[in-house]
Amino acid sequence: MGDVSFVRTQTLPEMPPPVAEQGIVKWLRENLFSSVASAILTIIALWAVYKFTAFALPWIASGVWNTESLAACRNVLDGARGACFSVLTERWNQLLFGISYPAEHYWRPTVAFVLLFFAAAPVLFFDLPRKFLIFTGVYPFIAYWLIWGGTILSPAIALAGIIMGYFVYAKFIKSSFAVAFLGGMAVAFIIWILSGYIVPAIAPENPFFEAVPSRNMGGFMLNMILGTVCVSLSLPLGIVLALGRQSNMPVIKIICVFFIEFIRGVPLITLLFVANVVLAYFFPPDSNIDLILRVIIMITLFSAAYIAEVIRGGLAALPVGQYEAADSLGLDYAQAMRLIILPQALKISIPGIVNVSVGLFKDTTLVSVISMFDLVGAIRGPILAATEWNGVYWELFMFASILFFLVCYSISQYSQWLERRLATDHR
Amino acid sequence: MKTSFVLGALAVAGLAAGAAYAGTLDDVKARGTLNCGVSTGLVGFAAPNASGEWEGFDVGMCRAVAAAVLGDANAVEFVPTTGKTRFTALASGEVDMLARNTTWTFSRDVDLKFEFTGVNYYDGQGFMVPSDLGVSSAKELDGATVCIQTGTTTELNLADFFRSNNMSYEPVPIETNAEAQQQYLAGACDVYTTDASGLAATRATFENPDAHVVLPEIISKEPLGPLVRHGDNNWGDIVRWTLNALITAEELGVTSANMAEMASGTNNPEINRLMGTEGTLGEMLGLDATWAQRVLAVGGNYGEMFEANIGESTPIGLARGLNAQWKNGGLLYSPPFR
Repeated sequence: MGDVSFVRTQTLPEMPPPVAEQGIVKWLRENLFSSVASAILTIIALWAVYKFTAFALPWIASGVWNTESLAACRNVLDGARGACFSVLTERWNQLLFGISYPAEHYWRPTVAFVLLFFAAAPVLFFDLPRKFLIFTGVYPFIAYWLIWGGTILSPAIALAGIIMGYFVYAKFIKSSFAVAFLGGMAVAFIIWILSGYIVPAIAPENPFFEAVPSRNMGGFMLNMILGTVCVSLSLPLGIVLALGRQSNMPVIKIICVFFIEFIRGVPLITLLFVANVVLAYFFPPDSNIDLILRVIIMITLFSAAYIAEVIRGGLAALPVGQYEAADSLGLDYAQAMRLIILPQALKISIPGIVNVSVGLFKDTTLVSVISMFDLVGAIRGPILAATEWNGVYWELFMFASILFFLVCYSISQYSQWLERRLATDHR
Repeated sequence: MKTSFVLGALAVAGLAAGAAYAGTLDDVKARGTLNCGVSTGLVGFAAPNASGEWEGFDVGMCRAVAAAVLGDANAVEFVPTTGKTRFTALASGEVDMLARNTTWTFSRDVDLKFEFTGVNYYDGQGFMVPSDLGVSSAKELDGATVCIQTGTTTELNLADFFRSNNMSYEPVPIETNAEAQQQYLAGACDVYTTDASGLAATRATFENPDAHVVLPEIISKEPLGPLVRHGDNNWGDIVRWTLNALITAEELGVTSANMAEMASGTNNPEINRLMGTEGTLGEMLGLDATWAQRVLAVGGNYGEMFEANIGESTPIGLARGLNAQWKNGGLLYSPPFR
């Protein structure tokens, strides 16, 4: 017998991996059918998805879009299953802008909404040039003027007060933070109070934009106004409260602790009722403080208390060495906080802050219980009470959920981007 | 300086408050609009239409008062109020009157210090059942399951009714009217009970309304009417007699169609007094002679308003029932214009 040893002289051609180890099959095996239990769950889930789609899709597809009333809708459908989206085509303006916002001025809140993106961009994406922040600073006054209309003098003087206050602040900040801060506040308030007497006298009879009273605000616009204003106001207030709670000065500490614990111990609905009902007794009739303003104050205080606690968590998570490092550099309290402590603490707090913001945005629908016609209030009140549309539920609430989902999902996506962008630990 | 500013503001506020309570009529005239509290939305009674204008039976009451006082049925600022905020809105002066399907009860009239100026709709609790059930009277409902909104007077009325008739029932507690509609249609209960006007409105939204019947029994009294604050009787008189003018006009056969003819003078002295061609009734109210003509020009007399908003020609389809004129066996009975 000869020698049967065998030496391969050339490499084998590359084989594709086994079918079960590549592509879609591998993915399915690993993710959906990795064990008997997960296979069963996958099949049940697929069945549920199929059932739901088979139920919902025809309903949406055969929806009726252009009838005058629910009864007409049912006539068109003639016994078949189908959605009655006509309510959306007829009442979309009330859902978005409220019951009585003048239709010829719908473009004003729309422009304000578009500008919101430009104003928010430099705050949200800090890679943008810092000069854009000027527009952010001016935006609230432009938006107010666009949405509420009336004389431009009111927002202009409000802005002037802030600018003058800032100049005073900038002049004294070198010597003392407290003097600069209080001085700036005092100057701003003096300008505002004085202008309160002057503006009504010199305001033109027919302003460039027709004034729209607060009572006529509503729909998703109201949710957006309350959401953006309250989130942006409650964040700085929350930071102040969180720092106050950690303060060594007993009076400030007691005030902050008491405020936070009180607000957190009271349901938001109660605060809204106070804003709407109880405050009305303290003011004379006809000189009522604007209802939206009252609601903004209450929601801001409410969410500020929660944000303060979130930020306190961030502060507590910082090692004490960071505080000592700031002290050893000779920084005073304001500098240490601004340059060393808060940047780190806020970064840790991002998920919590976003959580509060999303919750707050959805909580703005609670104003419907104090008879403001926000998106949900407009659905539950006027639209469902209209003789034509009484009985349409799914279509309207689906529309509302989609709008809220879009906003809340964008907030959540942004916060995830922000966390990735700020990640300095090399994981 | 700060203290004096605050004190000054308080003093001004106090003066303003004092002045405001001096005369609602003068306030409304000075303001040029009537602040009228309405429901946030109740089918047929108050709801804004697609262009945002308020419509409905209660809304018509507000417009009638505005027409009488200001001469313009559109000079009304409608303030939507919920069941919880309505009384504070009125008591705090945020609204001048409330026309919000509010039941006239002892404690609201006396304890809450309001003045009900009449009844513009006599409601009462009723029952709705599917026609398949074959029930024609509420007395046959022994052992039924009943969908009922919790925490309302309807719950108590229901218990009383079944106990006094020696019947038993099984309550299915429900939070809102919308939920109740769904539960009832899904067959979770045999009977749905709430105010009869609400039952009719609910039934009108069903895909197949004929498959459900509202039983004839009404087991509670719910007189709904406009109300004003205590302490301004002149204003209360204006609201009361605006409502009475609507009712009297129907009784006397004055409609929006024949009003011009009636206003030029008739043989019936009461019509003449109502129209202001005779006597000084408008002057006594602090208004002008033709106030009632303007009231009737808004939406016609009581019967016309009823028919246009909630009557049998509308999807809600309420029969006049208790709300017919006293001559037709109803309860509407206005004191004479004399």
